[in-house]
Amino acid sequence: MLLWIILGVALLVVVYGIVQYNGLVRLRNRIESAWSQIDVQLQRRYDLIPNLIETVKGYAAHEKGVFESVTQARANAINAQGPAEQAQAENMVTGALKSLFAVAEAYPDLKANQNFALLQEELSGTEGKIAYARQFYNDSVQSYNTKIQTFPSNLIAGPFGFKEREYFEADDPSRGPVQARF
Amino acid sequence: MFEQITSNKRRSVALVFAFVLVVVAVVWAFNTLIGYGVSGLVVAVVFAGGTAALAYWKSDAVALRMSHAKPADPEQYPRLHNVVEGLCIAAGLPKPRLYVIEDDAPNAFATGRNPRHAAVAVTTGLLDRMNRIELEAVLAHELSHVKNYDILVSTLAVTMVGVVVLLSDFGMRFMWFGGGRRRDNNGGGGGPGAMLALLGFALLILAPIAAKLMQFAISRRRETLADVSGVALTRYPPGLIAALEKLKEDQTVVRSGSRATAHLWIESPVARKPEEGRLAWLGKMMDTHPPLDERIEALREL
Repeated sequence: MLLWIILGVALLVVVYGIVQYNGLVRLRNRIESAWSQIDVQLQRRYDLIPNLIETVKGYAAHEKGVFESVTQARANAINAQGPAEQAQAENMVTGALKSLFAVAEAYPDLKANQNFALLQEELSGTEGKIAYARQFYNDSVQSYNTKIQTFPSNLIAGPFGFKEREYFEADDPSRGPVQARF
Repeated sequence: MFEQITSNKRRSVALVFAFVLVVVAVVWAFNTLIGYGVSGLVVAVVFAGGTAALAYWKSDAVALRMSHAKPADPEQYPRLHNVVEGLCIAAGLPKPRLYVIEDDAPNAFATGRNPRHAAVAVTTGLLDRMNRIELEAVLAHELSHVKNYDILVSTLAVTMVGVVVLLSDFGMRFMWFGGGRRRDNNGGGGGPGAMLALLGFALLILAPIAAKLMQFAISRRRETLADVSGVALTRYPPGLIAALEKLKEDQTVVRSGSRATAHLWIESPVARKPEEGRLAWLGKMMDTHPPLDERIEALREL
């Protein structure tokens, strides 16, 4: 009888451990996919920029300085190494795009262009998605880290090598949906 | 949040049971008045079970059809699609199907049985009048309904409450026309027969009221909850405050909004009458939505 009780308890413990382990794996995978989602959205923004420049050029060909700074910022962002440099380069892109759209304000024909309106919408959308992807990444990291640190899942996390992850730190204090507006 | 999801799933099961019980009770009452015996009861149980199953699988389609919603074309409504995609990334949800309703009144609702089978519908009035940030706030509110499984409970309620109301309507009418025959057959009545008939009559009247109250009880608190969890997505309370202010200023009423679908929408689609006097508390109890002022106030405190 006692043997059965011990066996039963042991089985419960093992099952519980498996559930905890699977939960940790799930959270870790969510972080990975959240991180790649950020990259997907950044890539989307890089892809939109040449189109945008072409469209604006058709109406305001002499605004060379703005085009150059946007192209330069884009190139820097694509080639950036490491998260810190990357974040800085992304801020440059955002700033350059802002000034591009500010310039566009002066050209009514351009603003009336359907393609331009669509690109502007796509870029604001992508900008928002980048911010949201980072937010989701941080949320995922938070629940993963909490799970690793709290009892009893920490008993599983330690031996099986689940390590805490770092948050994505935003330098830009105005991060959030407000930023989505150019 | 997770407690709310579990509680919503539990509530859905309870709702289905309550629904089957009410339908069976109504049919039983109907039976007692007309007299079809056990076979009628079996038909009732089968009918109620069938309706509940249908409500689970198809109620989103019913709700969308009732509000004349059409699928939103990504080419025509790029902003709507972009904003929802962004919020879905933030919430870790799959993108729901998007619908647009041709209507000047700004309003929106979410429906479906789970996040993978969800739909969000907005009126053209909402798209026209809200700026990007406000639209984002409203859609975040709707996506919170999706994430919290509010949509399952409330959409089930739409279909099933509708059936109960229809059934008792039908019963009432049948009684006016067919009731006389029964009285002739049984001759006067009195004793247990009359008691049962009385009970049946009471049930016929009570069923729609009970169904309505159930519907209202479901919806109110979760509106405030969805406001708060929507803001947790956008991280920007002023956006939703501005959107709710706009909804408050607007007096137009959704044409296709009926009492049956009222609790789905972000703001009550039924005209709110100034409630004064002794019946004010009753009106307040029957409201599907907390007053916008209260919701705005709650957001200001965040």
